[in-house]
Amino acid sequence: MLAFTLRRVLQAIGVMLAVGVIAFAMFRFAGDPVSQIVSIDTSAAQRAEIRRSLGLDDPVLVQFGRYFINALQFKFGVSYQFRLPVSSLLAERLPATLELAICATVFAMVAGILMGVYSALRRDTVLAKLFQAVSLIGISLPTFLIGILLIYLFAVTLGWLPSFGRGEVVKLGWWTTGLLTVSGLKALIMPAITLGLFQMTLIMRLVRAEMLEVLRTDYIRFARARGLTTRAIHFGHALKNTLVPVITVAGLQFGSVIAFSIITETVFQWPGMGLLFVQAVQNVDIPIMAAYLLMVSLIFVTINLVVDILYTVVDPRLRSTISRAA
Amino acid sequence: MTQPVLSVRNLEVEFVTRRATLRAINGVSFDIAKGEVLGVVGESGAGKSVTGLAVIGLIDPPGRISGGEIELSGTRIDHLPPEEIRRIRGKRIGMIFQDPLTSLNPLYRIGDQIIETIRTHTNLSESAARRRAIDLLAEVGIPAPEKRIDGYPHEFSGGMRQRVVIALAICAEPELIIADEPTTALDVSVQAQIITLIKRLGRDHGTAVMLVTHDMGVIAETCDRVAVMYSGRIAEIGPVQEVVRNPLHPYARGLMGAIPTLAGEDKRLVQIPGSMPRLSAIPAGCPFNPRCAFVFDRCRVERPEPIRQGTQSVACHLFEPAKETAA
Repeated sequence: MLAFTLRRVLQAIGVMLAVGVIAFAMFRFAGDPVSQIVSIDTSAAQRAEIRRSLGLDDPVLVQFGRYFINALQFKFGVSYQFRLPVSSLLAERLPATLELAICATVFAMVAGILMGVYSALRRDTVLAKLFQAVSLIGISLPTFLIGILLIYLFAVTLGWLPSFGRGEVVKLGWWTTGLLTVSGLKALIMPAITLGLFQMTLIMRLVRAEMLEVLRTDYIRFARARGLTTRAIHFGHALKNTLVPVITVAGLQFGSVIAFSIITETVFQWPGMGLLFVQAVQNVDIPIMAAYLLMVSLIFVTINLVVDILYTVVDPRLRSTISRAA
Repeated sequence: MTQPVLSVRNLEVEFVTRRATLRAINGVSFDIAKGEVLGVVGESGAGKSVTGLAVIGLIDPPGRISGGEIELSGTRIDHLPPEEIRRIRGKRIGMIFQDPLTSLNPLYRIGDQIIETIRTHTNLSESAARRRAIDLLAEVGIPAPEKRIDGYPHEFSGGMRQRVVIALAICAEPELIIADEPTTALDVSVQAQIITLIKRLGRDHGTAVMLVTHDMGVIAETCDRVAVMYSGRIAEIGPVQEVVRNPLHPYARGLMGAIPTLAGEDKRLVQIPGSMPRLSAIPAGCPFNPRCAFVFDRCRVERPEPIRQGTQSVACHLFEPAKETAA
């Protein structure tokens, strides 16, 4: 078990190194940063001075080494457009994105599992068929369209929810949260649904398919022959077996939720990392783009690692296979 | 005669498909007394397992019991509301399935599965149920049960898992155990142990056992009586020695003739020509008539009813008593 975890951690470090190389390469290939900073009437001497102060005239390997060591300490340089350290910019935006992503995932899991279980157990009811139809829409409509439709309905027409921003936030140390104020919660509803809808439909369809599969197995038949209550069979025996693959998908999707919150954050002008990234792209603010790339990969790699370990917690068979293999 | 534990009368089971309604069980009747082991043999698709599932009320749609009666110790149990038949399953009727590798939920400790079943059917506390589970595991012959109770199914061998399955089937001291091919998926050496175990449990607790199998060796060794099924009907039923040594129905004779013996090494095994008809194409009259060596005209039009012949009962026109009045 320990050997398994260690091996997975080493693999994760390998992936992060590769991403680090790509992030660094962005500085070399995405145009000359100096011309982005200076105005037209900056003299050549001043340009050289800026170049030297940013360390851009050092050899490539030296620059990479410096970048790498700084990245390990969460120093990603200074944003070209804001003239502020990228790490503090990201730290300031991180709570908004994480809060949004977590709420979206919780919404997707809860609604997805409930709807999936319902449509598997009551396959022929009207509601189950409605869920199937809705899930088809959720899986095929692009996020921005759903966001815009929601804004049109609930913000413009009905006026119930704010169409943009994060509402009032409360500071808890360096973390800012919108979960403690009414306006913060109201502002969260639509972005969270927009962001989580795809995942919800995915989880719902997965749970339904898995549940139907599990209900056909011998141990469910044997559980019925033992006279267990329908509730114990469906929600104890069947659901637990259903959740093994669902954990993987939901876990991996959490990474995508963070990465693709860019679109949702843009539509709702949500002050998170995604919005920061879009502004960075518009302004060729490479330090932010590179740091964002590293952040998102770090989140992805961490989630993968956690999912792998979580797997063994849920499924006892894997525990012994792993310890035997190790 | 005392009341039988299980009494099945004219049982009919149908499967409704889009094209046609298929009758998988057609007029099956038998009794099992307290402490008696009834073997049910027949080819695949003869309706052995379906009969077992019908008794325990686990025929799923599109299948349904379309006729007949099933009585458990004098109470009718077919057509009970789902919740009531649920209370009977596991408590008054225990069931053992063919494949022990897939009968247990892989994600739960075996102890938890046993305790769950005990607590579903009794008022025992968690700790009392756990003690009972350990006793049960000891009774079915699992070594060091107080340790193994916390094991997961994948940590047990096939034979040990089947013992756990049996422990689960008997945990509420049922009156009847239905064992659906309990040894088919096991090694031969383990088969004998499991059969001995089922036999011993039946004897010790006075449990009636319905043993579905296609292994004649198992039948001869274990059962008191045997029913030979063919195409959803009972061709012959009677005490095991009689049916094995002196089978009456041509199909039963063919079946016994196809058993290899060490003594008869020189003889070729007798085959029954052809194969059992599909449910959608059961011939009129006796379903065995196209394969029967003794077929005559009446077999092709009239379905034979069970006729008593000494201790046996056989559904074959060959044994029809001569008609008193020539009409």
